[in-house]
Amino acid sequence: MGIETEYGISSPNNLGISPTILCAAVVNAYSDFLFPGRAKPMRWDYYVESPFNDVRGYEIERELADPESWTDIDIGMPNLMLPNGARFYVDHAHPEYSGPEVTNPRDAALWDMAGDRILDDAARMASELTGNLITIYKNNTDGKGASYGTHENYQVARDVPFDDFVKHLTPFFVTRNIWAGSGRVGLGQESRTSGFQISQRADFFEARVGLETTVNRPIINTRDEPHADPTKFRRLHVIVGDANMSPTMTFLKMGVTALVLSMIEDSALEFAIDLTDPVLEMQSVSRDYQFTHPLQLTDGTSLTAIQIQRKYLHAAQNYMAHKPNDAMTEQVLVLWREVLDALESDTESLVGAVDWVTKKSVLDSYRLRDGLDWQDSKLKAIDIQYSDIRADKSLAYLLQRNSKRAELFTDQEVERAMTNPPEDTRAYVRGKAVQNYGQSVVGASWESLIFQISPDQPLKRIGLSDARGYSAIETSHLFAKQCEPAEFVSNLERLTNKQH
Amino acid sequence: MTEQNFESAKSAPTGADDDDNAATAKAAKQVIVPDISGILDQIDAVLEKNSEEFISGFVQKGGQ
Repeated sequence: MGIETEYGISSPNNLGISPTILCAAVVNAYSDFLFPGRAKPMRWDYYVESPFNDVRGYEIERELADPESWTDIDIGMPNLMLPNGARFYVDHAHPEYSGPEVTNPRDAALWDMAGDRILDDAARMASELTGNLITIYKNNTDGKGASYGTHENYQVARDVPFDDFVKHLTPFFVTRNIWAGSGRVGLGQESRTSGFQISQRADFFEARVGLETTVNRPIINTRDEPHADPTKFRRLHVIVGDANMSPTMTFLKMGVTALVLSMIEDSALEFAIDLTDPVLEMQSVSRDYQFTHPLQLTDGTSLTAIQIQRKYLHAAQNYMAHKPNDAMTEQVLVLWREVLDALESDTESLVGAVDWVTKKSVLDSYRLRDGLDWQDSKLKAIDIQYSDIRADKSLAYLLQRNSKRAELFTDQEVERAMTNPPEDTRAYVRGKAVQNYGQSVVGASWESLIFQISPDQPLKRIGLSDARGYSAIETSHLFAKQCEPAEFVSNLERLTNKQH
Repeated sequence: MTEQNFESAKSAPTGADDDDNAATAKAAKQVIVPDISGILDQIDAVLEKNSEEFISGFVQKGGQ
């Protein structure tokens, strides 16, 4: 699994600068920090990427696709692979951090948090280099009609019918925001109506199932780019989520979703909730922070969002009752139940853990103290500044510190994840190669590394098709030798040839 | 965001606006006010001074 985040970016003292230029400044500043004096920028290896493949089994024609989805056209923007195995680059008009592949929700949340710290460092470096303050926000809308995504990716079995994912994930995703939402001031894509809602993203979904991510966004995205053996795996690309400032919610979101996917793969979900209008319900759920709204089902009955979440929770509890004990999954189940209970009975106890509750507590306190209505610019400013990633500016961090909840990660863990890859996926060999032989890595993708040992030698491309392979156990000995780049590359090539 | 998308965005959920008024009225009843009064001063101190300007300056392009 893994998380990709497009951050909001601004230059408050110099509003005329193009966001693409700001993004390039941020990524280039970090590139200079990692690889001082590097002559050529690192490139993305587009050899295998094909964003127009649809998991339903056909390829749409490029001319028919929206030009904004042509992500495989390299326009010369900086594109980095980091020593922690992540990708850091300019996507459209946003800096994007795509975390390394991980095997569990705790690592997903840890390397996501490491990404926030990396972006914070990179923005500070770029601000110093350019003499122009650049600020970064981990949110999903500017409140004026634009939305940008926080996408989750999960590797799932190819042989499961895609309709099973659509059937079981739709009601789960429509209701997941009641705890995973990050809160938003403003209703409607352009905030034409004033008020508060649970989710940043809910108003930007207009279809049930589809391939697009920038227009006519679907609840279930069908992009089929497994970044692995396509005969065995799909990569389920989830675009409905909000960016979470709370690592606890990132952990829960990834853990619960992975659990639901496992149940779908094992045909363990015995109920089916067929919503009459999932797109409209997503918006209704986002506006219903009393949890009384009845979601209409095609059989004429209705359920509230909490009731639907509880159905999935109970199914997961039963499912895990027949599985070997796994401490992290148990932690996910306990937290999921606690959060659902608290939403019904003691919402205030979730301040510092559930993002929308934390945000709303600040907004409500200001509304009461200063008599503000939802149109007040101060409340809108609080909404945005909640997601500022600077330690001294972020309202989320301030509230988290104040809530006295146990932190999920120590500072040392986060610092380590900024510069080191996870050890149990191919992100290990990618991160370590960048860490130790970064000057020789001229290009990379999720499934490959491209080396050039010297300018007069041809490029050497090493394929890494198994997301669970090339881990520390399999490849750490290649780095322990500290050999010259040429020898390292031929050793790595020998190892990967043996595995293929 | 493309021109076309901008248009569809404007006309998107018309039904939701009526619901919004009802939801807002109902929502006014429930507020989340834990004891964070002690840190409101701290929040005041870090909040952008000119919120009107800060808000109008925060303009993003659409992404994925």
